[in-house]
Amino acid sequence: MSTLQGSTAQVPLDPATPPSARLDDVAPDTRDKNRASDLVGPLVTFCLFVGVWYLVSMVLLPSHKRFLLPPPHRVISEGFFVWRSGERRGLQPILMSLWDSAKVALIGLVITIFVGMALAVAMSTRRWLERATWPYLVAIQSAPILALTPLIRAIIDGTMNQRLLVVVLISIFPIVSNTLFGLLSADKSQHELFTLQGASSWTRLTKLQFPAALPNIFVGLRISAGLAVIGAVVGDFYFRQGGVVGIGAQIDVYRSRLWGPELIAAILLASALGLVVFLFFGWLAKRAVGKWHITTRGT
Amino acid sequence: MSDAPMTQNNAAVLSFDHVSMTFPDGTRALEDVSFSIRPGEFVTVVGPSGCGKSTLLRIASNLEKSTGGHCDVDRDSIGFVFQDATLMPWRTVRRNVELIAELHKMDKSQRATACAEAIELVGLNGFEDKYPRQLSGGMKMRASLARSLMMKPKVFLFDEPFGALDEITRERLNDELLRLFQHEGFAGLFITHSITEAVYMSTKVLVMSSRPGRITDVFEVPFSYPRTHDLRYEPAFAELCGQVSHALRGAHQ
Repeated sequence: MSTLQGSTAQVPLDPATPPSARLDDVAPDTRDKNRASDLVGPLVTFCLFVGVWYLVSMVLLPSHKRFLLPPPHRVISEGFFVWRSGERRGLQPILMSLWDSAKVALIGLVITIFVGMALAVAMSTRRWLERATWPYLVAIQSAPILALTPLIRAIIDGTMNQRLLVVVLISIFPIVSNTLFGLLSADKSQHELFTLQGASSWTRLTKLQFPAALPNIFVGLRISAGLAVIGAVVGDFYFRQGGVVGIGAQIDVYRSRLWGPELIAAILLASALGLVVFLFFGWLAKRAVGKWHITTRGT
Repeated sequence: MSDAPMTQNNAAVLSFDHVSMTFPDGTRALEDVSFSIRPGEFVTVVGPSGCGKSTLLRIASNLEKSTGGHCDVDRDSIGFVFQDATLMPWRTVRRNVELIAELHKMDKSQRATACAEAIELVGLNGFEDKYPRQLSGGMKMRASLARSLMMKPKVFLFDEPFGALDEITRERLNDELLRLFQHEGFAGLFITHSITEAVYMSTKVLVMSSRPGRITDVFEVPFSYPRTHDLRYEPAFAELCGQVSHALRGAHQ
């Protein structure tokens, strides 16, 4: 770049100054780093949680009703530290059920992601489609699924399919709404930049709208993933067969037989599954967009 | 006395011929605007806000169609620099600079070479792997300039590119842009509302009135290139700025 060097010398920029010093200061990286206080918070709430649990179990509940909420140490010793006792009691049957539900939740979530994002892309390109489908999506979100169970049972064969449908119905809305919102969030001037280059709508979608939507898509994914676990547990309640049943069905059995420690252990593990899924998608979001998007902080 | 760096006898690369623009709501943004720009000319349009300056660029780049008259330009050879840097936040500086070339399917190795060259030209070396949010406003604008430079456009349209920057950064970028102008020899059409910037940069300053947007005055800028910072404090410079300012006041009424 000899010609450039020649002309640089003619403008009143000090050529001896290195480029980095010539340029305006780089904006500082203001993202939070992991600190001790990040751990103290969850620890405090955990202690509070256990404290309230003991309080309810040992103080508020009269001893003849204590089976409704056994204290934590009994849940640990009888729910978690018994591997197997009879056909249904113990950690092993609970874990088997959990795995069964986790599979349903994951498969359902994958279906939800594909269907939901495809729907959102279609809605973003055709306004009439957005207007036509939006009210029904909102309706699905607020529809009481348990009221639909007889209908689902009547028109769909196989408990697996029935459970998957429940997962999709419960978890699809956040994916669609967040993806759609993200796809429509690209700036007007960014769109014009693509228009000026005569970009096709496919190029516009893949190189502008989809990347711009990623932070929103991950927000939707995280919510939908949590809901997929709920959907799987709810589906278990209503659609079950012999053999290994889902965690929801297992919880229902424990509830009806008043097996307190097993019931609480199963509930805790079901919640833990939801938490793991939530954390996983938080981590994934950070990996995917954390470098350029600032608000992907909460995991 | 006006001696721009490139030859001026070339044919015009951008010309407005009695261009008018009336928006559907009845606003007359432009009325009977005619002028042309040759390679090596840097024409700046100053005018009150909302007078239709930006509309000129939008018509030239075919983002909007004029309702009257004719605008002649080779649309495949336009560089457009927006008011904001319009960088893609998910792309690094390098990938942002490559974007337009990528959209034009320039092949990879050629793209990498052109990209390195463009980044060098705007002085962003060492920042190739930074994301836009790690850059200051001035650096984002440099990246935006580099992105347009990739295609070596013959006509460069600038829509108040430095309007949001502080004075010092702005003056620095003015110098850099002038250097690029001399180096690349494109034809420039620059929109601003800063009179100093207009006079400092241009071979010619057009003053526009508002509603309807019309060219009310034309000033040839006699100072030779390269121009240096101190030019801003010379009496002749101040006098010309005064004349432009006076014309602008007239246009405001």
